[in-house]
Amino acid sequence: MLELNNITKIFNADTVNEKIALNDLSLTLNDGDFVTVIGGNGAGKSTLLNAIAGTFPIDEGTVTIDGANITKLPEYKRARFIGRVFQDPMTGTAADMWIEENMAIAMRRGRSRGMQWAIKDSERRVYRDMLKTLDLGLEDRLSTKVGLLSGGQRQAITLLMASMNKPKLLLLDEHTAALDPKTAAKVLDITNNIVNENKLTTLMITHNMRDAIRLGNRLIMMHEGKIIYEASGEEKQKLEVSDLMALFSKASSGEFANDRMLLS
Amino acid sequence: MDFMNWLNALPGAAAQGMIWGIMAIGVYVTYKILDMADLTVDGSMVTGMATCAMLMASGWSVWPSMLISILAGMLTGLVTGIFHTVMGIPAILSGILTQLILWSANLKIMGKANQALPARSFNVLLTQLRKYEAIVYLIVICIVLIAVLYWFFGTRYGMSIRATGCNAKMSRAQGINTNKNKVVGLAISNGIVAFAGALLAQYSGKADINDGRGAIVIGLAAVIIGEAIVSRMGQNFIIRLTGVLVGGIIYYIVYQTVIFIGLDTDLLKMLSALVVAIFLAVPNMKKKYFSKAHKRAKEAA
Repeated sequence: MLELNNITKIFNADTVNEKIALNDLSLTLNDGDFVTVIGGNGAGKSTLLNAIAGTFPIDEGTVTIDGANITKLPEYKRARFIGRVFQDPMTGTAADMWIEENMAIAMRRGRSRGMQWAIKDSERRVYRDMLKTLDLGLEDRLSTKVGLLSGGQRQAITLLMASMNKPKLLLLDEHTAALDPKTAAKVLDITNNIVNENKLTTLMITHNMRDAIRLGNRLIMMHEGKIIYEASGEEKQKLEVSDLMALFSKASSGEFANDRMLLS
Repeated sequence: MDFMNWLNALPGAAAQGMIWGIMAIGVYVTYKILDMADLTVDGSMVTGMATCAMLMASGWSVWPSMLISILAGMLTGLVTGIFHTVMGIPAILSGILTQLILWSANLKIMGKANQALPARSFNVLLTQLRKYEAIVYLIVICIVLIAVLYWFFGTRYGMSIRATGCNAKMSRAQGINTNKNKVVGLAISNGIVAFAGALLAQYSGKADINDGRGAIVIGLAAVIIGEAIVSRMGQNFIIRLTGVLVGGIIYYIVYQTVIFIGLDTDLLKMLSALVVAIFLAVPNMKKKYFSKAHKRAKEAA
């Protein structure tokens, strides 16, 4: 499905601030894989997702989706294959536009946008049904500006939008990190449902190790732009948070894990 | 101030105000929809005037002349858009550069600093000699313009332009070519501005290289006044655009009134700019001094 071959991304090359964010990283995802990604701050998790999404060009390596090399494709063209949810709830939706307008925009992702009226009544019914599955009461608020909603509601809508038309790949960049614990749990439930129902191939960054173990069928740990540990199937099921902590300490050669990791 | 004189000047002010209101709708497209301050308008306004005046002076009839004016205006927006997106120049600077280019281009279009377009010699659509007729034409034009924009920004493509201005990152993630949309938006905006220019040239019977100076400020003033008027009337796009139009009319009537009162006309542009500055500052001031946090801090002190 998704193939990353030896990708490297260096920020601020040839300056004192040079940072190798991705270091010769390779990763292959199979159809339907739900991979959780963990690692400390600066490990390159977000850079990895952005490299796949095409937010910036990578310095070396190739990105392939279903056999098609998309390394040189601009971000907006890759969107045809990729659905995304960001950490900041403000990022994934257009705040000044209505719920149904946001959904209509997502509905045309990867398709032509012509001079037809953007929202037909039949589509409106589809949006309403989709919103109903969230169980947040949003189905009656189609013409509410998204900016008036809470962070959790916005992330839930962004999830719906990202999963419309069944993207080949769903990228979740710590999409529950900015939410309070209760809302985060709810959004994570919704995530799990959407991914499982649509059998979406998913990469999910999380800083919560329990979630990383509980959700998905594969887990990767990143450190300094590389994948330093990978588990899947039964091995992953049997993981304990303490195992991951130990691995992380070993990788960072005895340095203390950063406090975000410790808290989880 | 002679009240009757002022009253007699009202229809003229309203007609001119509507023309500036049409220009302000063009400004609205960039300033509000694309979230971009586009300074091209000072130039594209004159481009519209000059193109229309020259074509009509050389024997073209009014509608084809206006059509070419609109296309010329769209071209100016295209230039600014390419400066901004392809060449990566900040939007405001791109507009300033195009504006300067247009100063020369407009002089070249006219071959001199101004071109007369007397209504007695040419078959113009509207003229200040027949104010009430002009107002009727302008009302029809405004209704059509607002209807077309309402339709366009309600289409799939139009909605993607709105999304581009609202959240570019989200738009790209949803497969929208934000650079292309910015260029298209700038072209539409300046096409409308040039259209207003073509109308103004006919109405005032001339095109002058200086006529566009400060157009962006007038446009912003109209947008701000319009927003203030209709802010409580809901978010409907038609109402908002109508508000901008009314904003242009109000601006121009106030402008005329100030002249009538006998204020030094040299100071008018300064006053306009200061009024716009104050209105742009109001939302920030509100946030700063009337926010809950500020009140709490004040109570605590």
